[in-house]
Amino acid sequence: MSPKTLYDKIWDAHVAHEAEDGTCLLYIDRHLVHEVTSPQAFEGLRLAGRKVHAPDKTIAVPDHNVPTTAGREDPAQMTAESRIQVEALDKNAKEFGVHYYPVSDVRQGIVHIVGPEQGWTLPGMTVVCGDSHTATHGAFGALAHGIGTSEVEHVLATQTLIQKKSLNMKVEITGKLKPGVTAKDITLAVIGETGTGGGTGYVIEYCGEAIRDLSMEGRMTVCNMAIEGGARAGLIAPDETTYAYVNGRPHAPKGAQWEAALNWWKTLYTDEGAHFDKVVTLKGEDIQPVVTWGTSPEDVLPISGVVPNPEDFTGGKVEAARRSIEYMGLTPGQKLTDIEIDTVFIGSCTNGRIEDFRAVAEVVKGKKIKDGMRAMIVPGSGLVRAQAEEEGLADIFREAGFEWRLAGCSMCLAMNPDQLSEGERCAATSNRNFEGRQGYKGRTHLVSPAMAAAAALTGKLTDIRDLI
Amino acid sequence: MEKFEKLTGIAAPMPLVNIDTDMIIPKVFLKSIARTGFGKNLFDEMRYNRDGTEIEDFVLNKPQYRNSEILVAGDNFGCGSSREHAPWAIADFGIKCVISTSFADIFFNNCFKNGILPIVLPQEQVDLLMKDAEKGENARMTVDLEAQEITTSDGEVVKFEVDAFKKQCLLEGLDDIGQTLQKQAAVQTYEGKMAQERPWV
Repeated sequence: MSPKTLYDKIWDAHVAHEAEDGTCLLYIDRHLVHEVTSPQAFEGLRLAGRKVHAPDKTIAVPDHNVPTTAGREDPAQMTAESRIQVEALDKNAKEFGVHYYPVSDVRQGIVHIVGPEQGWTLPGMTVVCGDSHTATHGAFGALAHGIGTSEVEHVLATQTLIQKKSLNMKVEITGKLKPGVTAKDITLAVIGETGTGGGTGYVIEYCGEAIRDLSMEGRMTVCNMAIEGGARAGLIAPDETTYAYVNGRPHAPKGAQWEAALNWWKTLYTDEGAHFDKVVTLKGEDIQPVVTWGTSPEDVLPISGVVPNPEDFTGGKVEAARRSIEYMGLTPGQKLTDIEIDTVFIGSCTNGRIEDFRAVAEVVKGKKIKDGMRAMIVPGSGLVRAQAEEEGLADIFREAGFEWRLAGCSMCLAMNPDQLSEGERCAATSNRNFEGRQGYKGRTHLVSPAMAAAAALTGKLTDIRDLI
Repeated sequence: MEKFEKLTGIAAPMPLVNIDTDMIIPKVFLKSIARTGFGKNLFDEMRYNRDGTEIEDFVLNKPQYRNSEILVAGDNFGCGSSREHAPWAIADFGIKCVISTSFADIFFNNCFKNGILPIVLPQEQVDLLMKDAEKGENARMTVDLEAQEITTSDGEVVKFEVDAFKKQCLLEGLDDIGQTLQKQAAVQTYEGKMAQERPWV
């Protein structure tokens, strides 16, 4: 048998039907659902008189629209439109009988944090959600990707997706990371290297010593942003770190089933000599703490750098860079560490997990954020919040001057009341720095949690290595 | 789904690279639970001032491009989120075909589900079509899906590739779910096998 990649193996294990032209029906093991991209899909089922094919494999949770302030169970806290979407999900989850974590449930949170936390996401699975950051679940060696609402309806109705196989891409991070360099810096550095279209048409497998050394939280951060690199999905082969995280989770297999599952999971790796269509290799020790300067996630530079000149680029990127620099209110040649920050946002499906908050606490413990700074920490789930409370992190944040919020997507995409105002500049641990992403004319610099914490203290983009 | 067979219409040039889904339809407009009505907010922040007045030099606000049905765009069009509101807004505006050197994966798939034909061409040919689009309303392009060719206003013909299955679905306006349900036996067989092999799933 010819050697296979991890992607090949998971793909082959899920083809329920293959047509002559290679178009496949890929069976979906887990379908995650949130309130923004699902109402039209459920409505479609209703109109056609169809049921959810596998409600047991379907998990719904509201996250994009929900307020993150205390007392949010009060519907008056939401705009009428947000309320309609959240209530529609309440109703649809009940009517179609899918698993559901409502706003009032302590397990509620960002769908990509709740899935792994509850043990819904397991190695070797196919996982989809009407959300591009579904790539997050690839950290478990699950083939996970975002889909549109028509496809959400298709999966609800049939538990399959019509797919053609992507190409295989390997991203290897060799060696060890230097102090102050995190999973977020890895994933941004890769996008800086390959561009936002570099992964288009591919499924990426991340490998190498620096990836192996990451915790599950760190691996989720890396895979989360595979989509910003254009890839359909990002994958990391499961190993002891993965099994240790999964074991004992509410929906993870138990007893004999656990043993059977483990036996299969241990076969999920890329065979020696398997073919990759594209290979990118970065040395772990070369990666520095990075920050984005522009309005595309590929606009990445080491924090020690300066704002580039549009003329440094070629083709369509010259105009795009000019537009970005103007939008961001920056000057070519300006040192990145001279950029003053108004707001810090720590959270999102990229960096809203316990490890991220521990990193922040380490930087801000016993210190105060800069006067006038608006700094917000939004846990990825109610359980992350509870754990941070228990570990004393929440007290550290409050004492430093951070707002300590309830779980949700919050200012990552600013669909709830958490938004930037015009011209407001934010150091954010989220995943997109697009124009208007965090609020109309808001300005976003993507950074790691530790770098965001540092910026909150100094009021500027700051090299975390100067504080450790 | 509406069929796509052959289209002759005005093409609007948008050479900017990395036009993302937040540009195509900002998230403030994602709160509807309907599939229609997004066209008036297509490219909202590029198209309107904060007070709702039009930004004159935005391409779709120019008189010659207001009725565009084709978009010729810069590289990596539609990157960002999975929101199908992006193709819904494009279709609702009246655009049925987008041409670029590359598209983000999810957006690309979403187009086909909504009767929009996304066409990938090499840079040179996109440049040629961009120039043609820049001529304005007198330059009408023809996109023929069956023949897989675009004809410029000067009569120049550009061939393009399209996945055979997706082409058929567009030509016939086929509903994916209906087609898949016809293969339900295969899915049931698969589910039976999996209940044995991977019962923990």
